[in-house]
Amino acid sequence: MTILLPGTLTDAYRMLSDDPDVTPVAGGTDLFAHWPENRVKQSTTYLDLSGLAELRSMRWTKSELVLGALTTYWDVVTDARVAAEFPNLVTAARQVGAVQIQARGTWAGNIVNASPAADGVPVLLAYDATVRLGSRDGVEDIPLDEFYLDYKKMRRRPDQLVTEIRIPRRTYQRAWFEKVGPRKSQAITKVGVAVTVAGETWRIAANSVAPTVCRCPALERYCAAVAGAKGQPLTSPSDLLPAIRSDVSPIDDIRSTAEYREQVLARILFHALNDAGV
Amino acid sequence: MSNTTTLTLRINDEDVTVAFPTHHTLLEVLREECRLTGTKHGCELGECGTCTVLVDGKPMLSCLVLAAEMDGHEIRTVEGMMIGNTLHPLQQAFADLGAAQCGYCTPGILMAAEALLEANPDPTREQIQEALAGNLCRCTGYIKILEAVEWAAATQRGEDTPPAKESIYGSPHAATKGE
Amino acid sequence: MKRREAIDKLTGREAYIDDIAIAGVWWGCTVRSAVPRGRIRDIRFGAEIDWSEFVVVDHRDLPGPNQVAMIENDQPVLASDRVRHIHEAVLLLAHPDRDRLREARRAIHIEIDEEPAIFDYRVPPPADTVQHGGDNVFKRVRIDKGDVDAALVAADHVVEGVYETGAQEHVYLENQGMVGYVEDGVVTVKGSMQCPYYIHAALRHALARADNEVRVIQAATGGGFGGKEDYPSVLALHAALLALKAERPVKILYDRDEDMAATTKRHPARVRHRTGVTSQGRIVAQDIEVLLDGGAYVTLSPVVLSRGVIHASGPYHCDNVRVEGRAVLTNAVPFGAFRGFGAPQTIFACERHMDVIADELGMCPLGLRRKNLIQDGQSTSTGQVIRDGTDRIEILDRAVRDAEFHQREAADRAFNSTHPYLRRATGIATFYHGAGFTGAGETYLDSRAQVVGLATGEVEIRTANVEMGQGALTTFVKIVAEKLAVEPDRIRVAEVDTFHVPNSGPTVASRTSMIVGRLLERGCDALCATLGGDWTGDKFERELLRWHAEHPGQELIAEVRYEPPPGVEWDDERYEGSAYGTFAWATYAAHVEVDLRTFGVRLLDFVAVQDVGTVLDEVLAAGQVQGGVVQGVGWALMEECQFVDGAMANHNLTNYSIPSSDDVPPVRVVFYETPYAHGAQGAKGIGELPMDGAAPAIVNAVARATGARPAVVPLTPEVLMRVMGSA
Repeated sequence: MTILLPGTLTDAYRMLSDDPDVTPVAGGTDLFAHWPENRVKQSTTYLDLSGLAELRSMRWTKSELVLGALTTYWDVVTDARVAAEFPNLVTAARQVGAVQIQARGTWAGNIVNASPAADGVPVLLAYDATVRLGSRDGVEDIPLDEFYLDYKKMRRRPDQLVTEIRIPRRTYQRAWFEKVGPRKSQAITKVGVAVTVAGETWRIAANSVAPTVCRCPALERYCAAVAGAKGQPLTSPSDLLPAIRSDVSPIDDIRSTAEYREQVLARILFHALNDAGV
Repeated sequence: MSNTTTLTLRINDEDVTVAFPTHHTLLEVLREECRLTGTKHGCELGECGTCTVLVDGKPMLSCLVLAAEMDGHEIRTVEGMMIGNTLHPLQQAFADLGAAQCGYCTPGILMAAEALLEANPDPTREQIQEALAGNLCRCTGYIKILEAVEWAAATQRGEDTPPAKESIYGSPHAATKGE
Repeated sequence: MKRREAIDKLTGREAYIDDIAIAGVWWGCTVRSAVPRGRIRDIRFGAEIDWSEFVVVDHRDLPGPNQVAMIENDQPVLASDRVRHIHEAVLLLAHPDRDRLREARRAIHIEIDEEPAIFDYRVPPPADTVQHGGDNVFKRVRIDKGDVDAALVAADHVVEGVYETGAQEHVYLENQGMVGYVEDGVVTVKGSMQCPYYIHAALRHALARADNEVRVIQAATGGGFGGKEDYPSVLALHAALLALKAERPVKILYDRDEDMAATTKRHPARVRHRTGVTSQGRIVAQDIEVLLDGGAYVTLSPVVLSRGVIHASGPYHCDNVRVEGRAVLTNAVPFGAFRGFGAPQTIFACERHMDVIADELGMCPLGLRRKNLIQDGQSTSTGQVIRDGTDRIEILDRAVRDAEFHQREAADRAFNSTHPYLRRATGIATFYHGAGFTGAGETYLDSRAQVVGLATGEVEIRTANVEMGQGALTTFVKIVAEKLAVEPDRIRVAEVDTFHVPNSGPTVASRTSMIVGRLLERGCDALCATLGGDWTGDKFERELLRWHAEHPGQELIAEVRYEPPPGVEWDDERYEGSAYGTFAWATYAAHVEVDLRTFGVRLLDFVAVQDVGTVLDEVLAAGQVQGGVVQGVGWALMEECQFVDGAMANHNLTNYSIPSSDDVPPVRVVFYETPYAHGAQGAKGIGELPMDGAAPAIVNAVARATGARPAVVPLTPEVLMRVMGSA
């Protein structure tokens, strides 16, 4: 096992293109879990990005909020401007692990770690975020919605690094995020859902209910129709089940059951829509 | 894998030059090379919080950070908490209220609490609960810890009223407390 | 008085076994079985490792019998030809480098021909899975009082129920750890433990050594909760065997994964109740069946069963009680001691069942309990007449008042009728916990403690009871300081080292303050007697100094032995008589909020009212109660050991969740103090009682909030969803 500690982004790109098996680390709160046991069974080379000043910034442009790849959850939790414009980011960040993980873990790391339970990803999806990939060959922007291909599979070439997450600035009428875990903090999500509403456009993204965190297009259409009074009014959570079943495929695992995940997703959405007067 | 890194770490306001295997965590280097054993090993998974230290004032899990990443960062551990020979107000409050029982989670909790009070001198009960939610304790049921942080915060603000005991526990002779 | 060792713990100076540097130490680890039952065919050592660098120990290295000395010596120290559970220890390795050790462990393959195993303790074992006696039953216990069958026939109503409780992992924050070394021919182990003399006995037995050829020293212990009662005997043997073969100190520290996977847990249990009641709510017959999953070896299951059975009928008077208990073998990692020791399981069933009875009768659950709570002069299921002066009705009423049971009931009803998905209610549990060893256990223990008058004028306490977070150190000092009216800083407490302290028994069963504390009081009396008077304070110290002046170079040791209180008699054949010297009594009330979206349960408030006799230290006692309640909250709602082939699949803190600071309500603690004549200063046991009451109070509250009838803990959201039939 080897650890590379590049001093500049150029160095990092070179190291990545030299060795396609290198694993970049931005925070390491997931990769370093069980570290003593892992390091004896792995021959992995890690590329530790923590020294790259270029990736640290969080900045605003006229049309976007740009999270550098080393932006931590804590950076977002403590930023009043983010809280005002993108409250879901703060709500989600505050529910990632607890303070210690929030202080170290990064949004970019969460995306590339590609866990189906990733807590940062549903809110980014619901805000239509784009992932910027950099390499020696230049940059490439991929909508987060198109980034995941399958369980732990994504559109990142081995020589590419996530350098930024770009979130378009829009006016949202509603945005909320709900995480259900075994306890209030320091919990892995059993089922989670992020919702934004901008005009007629609904975005619904869920985690822990499919091989990847995913958008739920059928639910988006259904909710938009109900909200626009074009569909049947909602009478019970089970009204949402057909759309849920077409969007997601929850499983039984050590953390919960498929049945629970499906039911709770329906119930959360149902009551949230009710609360919102939809 | 066996390559070694030599680094000058800034720990508790002192520069310490140490050589360690590059792949070792900050927790291992603190405990083994630096012999600072107040920071505890609890789960090697980032779940229990016993290895919490402050890095640039922020609470972090030293089991999930490589020591090699710590160049240029300020590290604080429980050993650096006393002010000369005087207990930190948090240590004092924990001692007075019995908030340390088996003591194994205590150093990590003190670190997380110190970071909280540094950022927020007058936290609510809920804010304290959230700030300490990454530190598991199996002895106290947390109540005394929360009370101790509240008291330490009050002390640091220059108040000297101990917390209302009846809010924690009562004797049969005390009047029933309404809400 | 502040906790004696508080400053060390708050400054990072307290030295747990992981913190103690030992020159020349090697690291040890354990190679374990990956299958639940079978015959070991071969052990292959991977060619990629240079094994000459390692010390390898197997069963052939045992100097004595390959048995962990416990109730029955059925558990091998290291498996020889067969294994009975996953994670059973087969080999031990030692090496100076921990990373190399981890690599080596991965390079060993134990090949086992699998045999049929049994995992469900509730079904009769198929013939090819019988591994103990003729039927896999480790122990049977039966209580028979009055005529249950006749009373059931005569009863106005018979209410039945089946209740199940799951295993629970201790999650002491400090994992198990032990170092072994040989010093002047003495095999010594030092580490995290509750029962140094259990380990002493285990070392003597399996290493075939004399009393003075083994030595056990306790290091600072980061929590125990019963998890460091029986298991450290196994770990100490492993460390000692490695040290003997390596001819150097060897330290074994479990990481969290291994600790959760391989060490004991609370016994899973199923309890059936058939209860005869009159229309007015008087309980006239209790017919109870208790079944425990013992796991693969006997360990402490017989005594856990015993305590569970005795507590099964609850703190109520009933003339006709039958309790039949069994602990059975499965091919699971053995279950062992855990705070409460069988009582939380049976009390959950009893108290949940009381609410079900109240429901069936259309009675208020408080009224049903008031009507049946044992009164002075009445007797428990074993015929033990209670005459302790405790006002059990007042304890219940105080909890009801402090929890504002009736006011909240009205407010909750209004809230529940308008809120779209939140439901609130209060639940209660009334219960008791017998302190000290069950039956004649304390007499068998024959505990000894010493109070020593030092030549400096100080006093030294010598016991084998350990500080593990509960405050034993502070309590002992306080008891002696108050008895002799000397300053606490004039009192020393001897390190718990079997070379220096007598066997005052294990640090378990809520016995330390009450029983060992009382021994210390008597030790003070004995010391004063030697000094020729009932001395206290400065006078005591002067007399002590005078004695030493007159006896230069001599030690002044006052040693006392346990004496059972008068009238305490126990028939272990018939399970009749005084099961315990005394009981602590309590009522707990939980106010909960159920979220019908997620089926999650949030605690809003918790009131814990108890009579534990004289409270020796209010801060420590409140800590015991609050900590026990929150441990109970975890067991009730979230702590689920998921077993696959008898091994915990979720053996890490990511997938096994205990409550964090975010999950706890205010836990308001009230003590009534009816002194117990035979406990230190009038104290009864306190440590385990709080573990008993939280789960039934919480689940009763959930039942009242939802109208469902949950009968299982942990009542996870997934289980509650099923119970509510919403799927």
